[in-house]
Amino acid sequence: MAKLNVNGRVIEFEVEDDTPLLWALREQLGLTGTKYGCGVAQCGACTVHVDGAAVRSCSMPVSAFDETQKIVTIEGLSPDSSHPIQQAWLALDVPQCGFCQSGMIMAAAALLAATPRPTEAQIREEVTNICRCGTYNRVIAGIQRAAGVSTAG
Amino acid sequence: MNAITPRRRQFLAGASAALGAFTLGFRIPLAGEAAAQSAPATPEVNAWVVVKPDETVIIRIARSEMGQGTLTGLAQLVAEELDCDWAKVTTEYPTPGQNLARGRIWGNMSTGGSRGVRESNEYVRKGGAAARMMLVQAAANQWGVPAGECRVAAGVITHAPSGRTTTYGAVAEAAGKLPVPTDVALKDPKDWKIAGRPVPRLDTAAKLNGSQVYGIDLKLPGMLNAAIQACPVFGGKLRNVDSAAAEAMPGVKRVLRVGDDAVAVVADTWWRAKTALEAVKIEWDAGENAAASSAAFKEVLKAALDASQAAVGNRAGDAAAAIAAAPRKFEAVYYYPHQNHACMEVMNATAVWTPERCEVWTPTQNGEAAHAAAAEAAGLPPARCEIYKIHLGGGFGRRGAVHDWVRQVVLIARQMPGTPIKLIWSREEDMLQGRYHPVTMCKLSAGLDAQGNLTGLHMRIAGQSIVAGIFPQNIRDGRDPVVFQGLNAGGGEAEIGYGIPNLLIDHAMRNPHVPPGFWRGVNLNQNTIYLECFMDELAHLVGKDPLEFRRGLMANHPKHLAVLNAVAERVGWGTPPAPVDGQPVFRGLAQTHGFGSYVAACAEVSVSDGGELKIHRIVAATDPGHAVNPQQIAAQVEGSFVYGLSAALHGECTVKDGRIEQTNFDNYQVLRMDEMPKVETILAPSGGFWGGVGEPTIAVAAPAVLNAIFAATGKRVRELPLKNTSLRRG
Ligand code: FES
Ligand code: FES
Repeated sequence: MAKLNVNGRVIEFEVEDDTPLLWALREQLGLTGTKYGCGVAQCGACTVHVDGAAVRSCSMPVSAFDETQKIVTIEGLSPDSSHPIQQAWLALDVPQCGFCQSGMIMAAAALLAATPRPTEAQIREEVTNICRCGTYNRVIAGIQRAAGVSTAG
Repeated sequence: MNAITPRRRQFLAGASAALGAFTLGFRIPLAGEAAAQSAPATPEVNAWVVVKPDETVIIRIARSEMGQGTLTGLAQLVAEELDCDWAKVTTEYPTPGQNLARGRIWGNMSTGGSRGVRESNEYVRKGGAAARMMLVQAAANQWGVPAGECRVAAGVITHAPSGRTTTYGAVAEAAGKLPVPTDVALKDPKDWKIAGRPVPRLDTAAKLNGSQVYGIDLKLPGMLNAAIQACPVFGGKLRNVDSAAAEAMPGVKRVLRVGDDAVAVVADTWWRAKTALEAVKIEWDAGENAAASSAAFKEVLKAALDASQAAVGNRAGDAAAAIAAAPRKFEAVYYYPHQNHACMEVMNATAVWTPERCEVWTPTQNGEAAHAAAAEAAGLPPARCEIYKIHLGGGFGRRGAVHDWVRQVVLIARQMPGTPIKLIWSREEDMLQGRYHPVTMCKLSAGLDAQGNLTGLHMRIAGQSIVAGIFPQNIRDGRDPVVFQGLNAGGGEAEIGYGIPNLLIDHAMRNPHVPPGFWRGVNLNQNTIYLECFMDELAHLVGKDPLEFRRGLMANHPKHLAVLNAVAERVGWGTPPAPVDGQPVFRGLAQTHGFGSYVAACAEVSVSDGGELKIHRIVAATDPGHAVNPQQIAAQVEGSFVYGLSAALHGECTVKDGRIEQTNFDNYQVLRMDEMPKVETILAPSGGFWGGVGEPTIAVAAPAVLNAIFAATGKRVRELPLKNTSLRRG
């Protein structure tokens, strides 16, 4: 049994305690925007926000959470893709296959929330998600654009 | 038709219900959804084009979108000739079953070898042009005027003399009843308005909010989930399966044998299936490969470097005699390991089987090959099977030629008739059951004259053949032509860029038990490392500038030379680069020709005393002949460096006890943002041919960096990946 606050709603559902948050989101709640890439906290495809911080949901059991923690998934980041990161991603055509992008966007949004004007070095350091298609340079440009900082240098 | 089989519409309803179960409020329709639902209502103009009464233009795309942008590029080409309003364009995939039923009207569905645009550009443009002619004719018929008096722009048809206008949407149904013209003229690319422009991708919005449905996200009514483990030793079989503990676990429905080499657990959720699979006690019969190792196979490759039997790929003059007679000789041996594609989305498919029909939903680069694999596993004729292509979370060649996961899901579904089964591989399964980049070794032997000119070169490639592993029927007289990518004497596809008077390039095929696969860039990757690093070695050996040394051999290869010159000019080759953070910066060059395009790169790196490599900047030039979407070509070039540098720096799958040792991204590292260089793309389309852009640049990534590392450290890295070599000074 789990009771979670996801995208602003409290939901109670049947699930084994040790089920990773990722799979509870995907299978019990039908929120498939959050992706499985590795299951071992390496790739970041499963990144969600817990009280605003980026969390790799594949490596946290549902039992680690209760309804006091606000979980936000890619589906709940904004009601209409209007988050500055989503807007910057659209303007720069960041995604290729897109599979890593939910996690990439959530990681980028959490970075901006904590560090509104990150340097390029900070972005490279903080966003450690894997993208096999190779969108990294557009991700960096997208974060800078969303932060309103220059893409030069 | 079978009543219990969910049809595509039901699947979509299921998917929508799944997504809608938790209020989203901003759902963007699936790429193919609107089209699939409207298709029965709106007849097509021709095979490539449907125009709905509301002016929406649906362009049919036969190739698969896996991130490379082919969906948008091909739609641009059709729309260009159609003269429709680009803002109204959407796309849909015809199914392999429809393609079969209509005599392959959409041609080849295979999406690999950077072939999407370069091989289908002509017939998709003709499809668009034919549709335009039919739409105009339909309007002319309505007005009773000659079609020649009508003009069209952005989907609006105008009869100039009378000033009357109508729209594509208004005449589409009538147009669809006209014969499809066969005599179709195409525009000169210099008149393009939609193609050739950096238009935004058509598929971006859904990738920003979680609404893009990938295979792994599918949900059908009544669907169960399967996790699988196949024998980790390739060629091994199941000996015994003890499933008692697993069967008692929550949600588990069945524990099944899949063929003679795999076990699957079917449960209500995938996580429960995967958890229970770990509780199944499986005894394997590892078979004859139980002791195989990469170390042992390396010895096989070494011996093959000097084997007397080898298939010739390129020969000019007499290389052996020229080298023997040369006053100066030089030799080097290179090695390139197995690698996994490691698509971000693991292999997966969903299937429903009944005795009458089998349907499969899967991300695939080749719907037709998936269709054939499904039919064979289903034990049904192809006409009773269907594949629904789902957007891919990466392909890179893994989802093209071989559809082992499709076979598996159908074999599972066959044991549970009527129940939709979604099979998802774990990342570990994906790493252990890959179709790996082939392993090769290469010995290069050169003869040089007293002035330092290259007079003879023998390049002996020893190792694995992808074609022998996948299409053995295509091996002729022991020769696999794909092995010589980038080294051919001609052919316009992958030609060596140097004129060497005495040349021999041959291949001693040695195949390990590890199954090979086409891996983005294929054999061009290692061949370009071998040749371009060796050229750099020779230049340094004779004390010549690496650019000048190459130029001296490229007089008859102007297109290769043009891209090389373009990068040299952009970086200011010959003037020293500015230091970065106090570290001196060094440059390395590489060029090649592959998948029809000419590419070159210059890497700028620094290496600290402690051996830490920093790749600061890469300047890359591409001549693909025609450029359909420049901003997407730039994205492909950048992505190619990520893929190529992941391989060069980290990529290695090793075999011990017959099985692959790397199991996940913790022990199979890939390039991340902290290692990513800046990339400057020079797009230099020279016209007159069509080259691919998804792969060729990968090949120049590693050699440009390796040559820059030599300039920085004096260390020549001949064995990949780089992680196995220390660059520490002294
Ligand atoms: S799936 Fe969670 S980090 Fe990879
Ligand atoms: S966009 Fe494909 S993995 Fe990142």
